[in-house]
This record gives sequence, C-alpha cells and structure tokens, in this order.
Amino acid sequence: MGKQLLLEHVNVPGIEKLDVYRAHGGYKALEKALRMKPDALVEEVKKSGLRGRGGAGFPTGMKWSFLAKPEGVPRHLVCNADESEPGTFKDRYLMSHLPHLLVEGMIVSSFALGANTSYIYIRGELLYVYHILEKAIAEAYAAGLLGKNILGSGYDLDLYVQPGGGAYICGEETALIESLEGKRGNPRIKPPFPAVAGVWGRPTVVNNVETIAATVPIVNMGGEEYAKIGVGKSTGTKLISACGHINKPGVYEIELGLPVEEFLNSDQYCGGVKSGRKLKAVVAGGSSVPILPADLILTTAKGEPRLMSYESLADGGFQTGTMLGSGGFIVLDETASVVKNLWNFTRFYHHESCGQCSPCREGTGWMEKVLHRIVEGHGKPEDIDLLWDIQSKIDGKTICPLGDAASWPVASAIRHFRAEFEEYIKHPEKIKDVKHYYSVRNQTAPVA
Amino acid sequence: MSKEYKFSDETLALAQRIIKRYPEGKQKSALLPLLHLAQMEFDGWLSAPAMDYVASLLKIQPIEVYEVASFYTMFNLKPAGKCLIEVCRTGPCWLLGAEDIVKHIEKKLNIKEGETTPDGMFTLKTVECLAACGTAPIIQVGETYHENMTCEKVDEMLNDYKSKGERKTHFDKKHVNANQH
Repeated sequence: MGKQLLLEHVNVPGIEKLDVYRAHGGYKALEKALRMKPDALVEEVKKSGLRGRGGAGFPTGMKWSFLAKPEGVPRHLVCNADESEPGTFKDRYLMSHLPHLLVEGMIVSSFALGANTSYIYIRGELLYVYHILEKAIAEAYAAGLLGKNILGSGYDLDLYVQPGGGAYICGEETALIESLEGKRGNPRIKPPFPAVAGVWGRPTVVNNVETIAATVPIVNMGGEEYAKIGVGKSTGTKLISACGHINKPGVYEIELGLPVEEFLNSDQYCGGVKSGRKLKAVVAGGSSVPILPADLILTTAKGEPRLMSYESLADGGFQTGTMLGSGGFIVLDETASVVKNLWNFTRFYHHESCGQCSPCREGTGWMEKVLHRIVEGHGKPEDIDLLWDIQSKIDGKTICPLGDAASWPVASAIRHFRAEFEEYIKHPEKIKDVKHYYSVRNQTAPVA
Repeated sequence: MSKEYKFSDETLALAQRIIKRYPEGKQKSALLPLLHLAQMEFDGWLSAPAMDYVASLLKIQPIEVYEVASFYTMFNLKPAGKCLIEVCRTGPCWLLGAEDIVKHIEKKLNIKEGETTPDGMFTLKTVECLAACGTAPIIQVGETYHENMTCEKVDEMLNDYKSKGERKTHFDKKHVNANQH
C-alpha cells in the first residue's frame, strides 16, 4: 500500500467526531494555514501540482489563481459533492467517514481564496451524509473553527451544506451553480467562467470533494513534498473507486503512477477478477471515459505497462487510450456484454440530459433507441455506422461536457468491440445467453 | 375539506434557518432543501398546493417552484407509497444483478415498476447511479442505503418496513432539530 494522505485514519473508531479527528492530527493544517498569507497558500497548492479530482484534472492552483477579486464583491468557494458518475463512490466514502477532513479543507481553501461564505453542494440522494456533514460543521462552530474570528486569526467563515434533488447534470460546475441558486440544473454558456461570475454573479471557485480534502495534506507537508509523490504531472495520491467483476470492490487511495495490473490483481487493491474469470474490459475513470479491452488497459499500444496516472491512461489518445477521469474503475469480466453495458450507460445519459442542447437531448435518445433495438435482437447491419454517426454529431457540440460523456462510451465500444455488435446483429439469439440483462419494460420503445 | 398546507413549528424554524444561509434577496436558493422538507411534511409528495406554500415561504412565483420540482428526480409529483423503494439500475449495479432484484420485488409485491401496492405501503421505482457501486446492487429507501442486496435480503427488508408501517422520506424527520446554526 502506498502513502495514505487522505485515508490514513479512516478506520479509527469515532474519527467522524471532532475530538478524535483532532487527536489524530486534525485541524493542524488549518492552524498552519491561518498563520500564512492567503496568496502563499495558493502558491503551495500550485507547487503541489494538485489537479482536480472530479474528472477533468485541471490544475487546482491555476483555477484558484483565475478567481477575480473585485473590491467589495464577496466571493465564494463551492464544494462539488454531487458525486453521480456511474462507477464513482469515493466522495461519499470520504464524506461519510472523514467529514472533518472535508470541513478542514473547506476552511483552509476558503481562507486561501478570501471567501467568507462557502457551500458544500451534496447530491440529494446522500441526505444521510448531509446530516453527517451538518453534525461535523456544528462541532466545528462550537470549537471556534468556523464562524467569527476563527482561532483568533480575525478570519470569518460560514460554511453551509445544500442538498440537490437528483440530477447528474448538477455535477457540471455551472449547472451546480444554477441548482445552488434554486433553479433547474441547466449548464451556463461560458464565458463568463465561474471565476468571474459564478453563484449570484459573484466570483466563485467550484472544487471536487477530494480536491478540497487534498489541500489538508498539502498544507501539512508543503506543496513541494506533495509533488514528490506520484509520477510526472500526476502528483500526489488519488482515491479510486473500484467496482464491477472484482474480488474486492471498494475505495482505495493509490499513489498516482501505480501500474494498472498491480491495482487490478494485487490483494491490497481489487484482488483480481471475480471467481478467477478472464478480464474482458475496463472503464477506468467513471462511465464517461472510453472503455478499453483487457490488453490495452494493461499495456499501452507502445507496449509499456499502463499506469494509474493522468498521462499514462491517456496515452494513445482516444484511439488506444482513455482517461483517469473521476477514478471510477469499472471491471467487466468475460461473461459481460460490452454492447448491453453500453446500452445501459446510454440510457443513463439520455435520462440525465438536461435537454438544453439539441444534439445531446435528441442524440442520446436516438443512441439509446438504436442500442435497444440491437440488444432486443432487432439490430440492423447499418446500425453500427448509424451509432457512430450520431455520437460524432454530439461530441464537442454541446454547452457542457455531458454530450461528450455520452458519445465517448459509444465511440470507444464500437472502436474496440465492433465484432460484438456484428455478432449480436447477425445472431440475435446469442443475446439471450447473456445473463446480465435488465428488463426493458417501461423503457423507450425500439425503433421499428 | 381541503387539507391545510403548513409546516409544523419545528420544520418551519428549520426552513427559516436554511433561508438565512443565503444572501439577502437570494432566498430562492433555499428552494431545493425546502422541497425536501415539504416532501417530508406532506406525505412524501409535492402537490400543487404544497409547492404553492413553498413559493410563499420564499416569496417567489409558484411557477418557479413547479419548474424546479419537475426537473429533479427526487421530487414526487404524484402520491407515492409509504416506502418508496428505489433500485439502482445503472452500470455496476446492473452488472451485479439489479435486474433480478427488480423482478423479484415485482413478483413479491405483485406490482410493476412505477406502481404502488393497493395498501399504499410500497412504491417501486428504478433510479440512476446512487454512488455506491462498490456495494452493488443498491436499494435506497428514504435516507437509508441497503447495500449488497440479494433476493433474500430484499424479503427481510420488505418485511421489516411492512411490520413498522412508517412513512420513509429522503429527509428524515428525526434530523429536523439537529442543526441550529
């Protein structure tokens, strides 16, 4: 097991309580941060090389430095806890087990950004975690870690949690801002970026839960030390949620740069493919990233071992590579059907499209219908090219990345598993052999 | 006689604390949390008068509430059973047998997905990813996540809810007095 910067104390009984968290070094980063200048904190985060842990991997320090600071206008930090990407459950794990790590990270980050009111936007389904956070926040207020004049520093911060209402799209930062304002989660056209005009038109930084939590070890150890962990521009540790056909599903903290093969097969992590079956494919970074067949997830097209890092997973571009994304590692064994899995994912994107942009609203529906036709045994030979055509007309043509997220799984499944599509179309009876098949009753009717 | 839509004193106090979390004039921001409270107070769903009441608390137009309530999947715009059983149907849950769980519940309760049992106890619904893929398949009832579900565990769960007979909502009543800031 590599360094555990976030989850080191996750199994300590009572770690969700303030006194236990403090007894294990909690709020030391806050004490240190409050003695520093806010700009120096931003510099530390820049030096750490920390990149957004929600999926896009944008350098956090740079995002922070874009924040506009007009005189007399309040600015806000908003934590994106709307974790909804299929295959991803690391933030829920972190918040429910280590709520004070997020609260401490929020105070440190808000101080660095000069925000005096910050919000954690948590997906509505996680209301039980909402109450865990509220409890932690109440403890922090009572201990003088939140509110006026925090630890005698003169710095004031109010921190609130807001639950969403069930909408994947609100994980997109401008949709999240709309939702925080009490509106439908329709993403905004950028520019202006939230750093200039975010929540209530004020300068806003939106960061993922894990990103904000990572500022705590960064402040404690210093940005330079943090940057020594990992490989190249993938610094530090990353939470990976592993699920699907593996022996040990769960959340693991890895040092970036760990070989994929070790992560998959080591008993410290996934413990190998379930029941000794063969690996068929992996979706390495949440449902949106391209699916890769067994050989390409373990080694790059150049024949080098594939590593769990932003660069290595992306090696080969979308032709032969994928993305680290949110770290949702979904494993499919030889019994799984890539085509049926794709239909399931596509139904998800159709359901979750906000409906603002035609290519996404209509295209996701058409892809679902065509895939439904194939998995129902009525596929036509031209359907594969039709799917390719539809996805290519969504990718890059929408206001927010949900359209891209819906098209990449389709494109990659066709790129790497075209033979499986052809097989189902030629021999519809074979679909019946696949066990994992959700009943399609009450779903969109197949295209005639 | 038509029902009066008004929060209990405790819930109203919580609603007012939540409204104060947002800047002056931006009280509409409290809409989503207040809709969760309304669903908790008004039998697990949002009727038009219930939404109108929320609009009056926030001093916004009713349409601003309707358009939001209809966008988010957690808000029920028609009555639901006391226990809304939400089975995750996405990716990993599906790979690990969510379809069998749904079929089993349908058979056990003799209802189809989207329907409510005649005694008003259960409504069955499938939902998208609940962010608990490591313990798939997942069922959510109220605020509770039931993890690593099997048909046997579903039977136990249903019997348990039925014997208690309580209404389960996403925002659980027991938390109303918890946060005073």
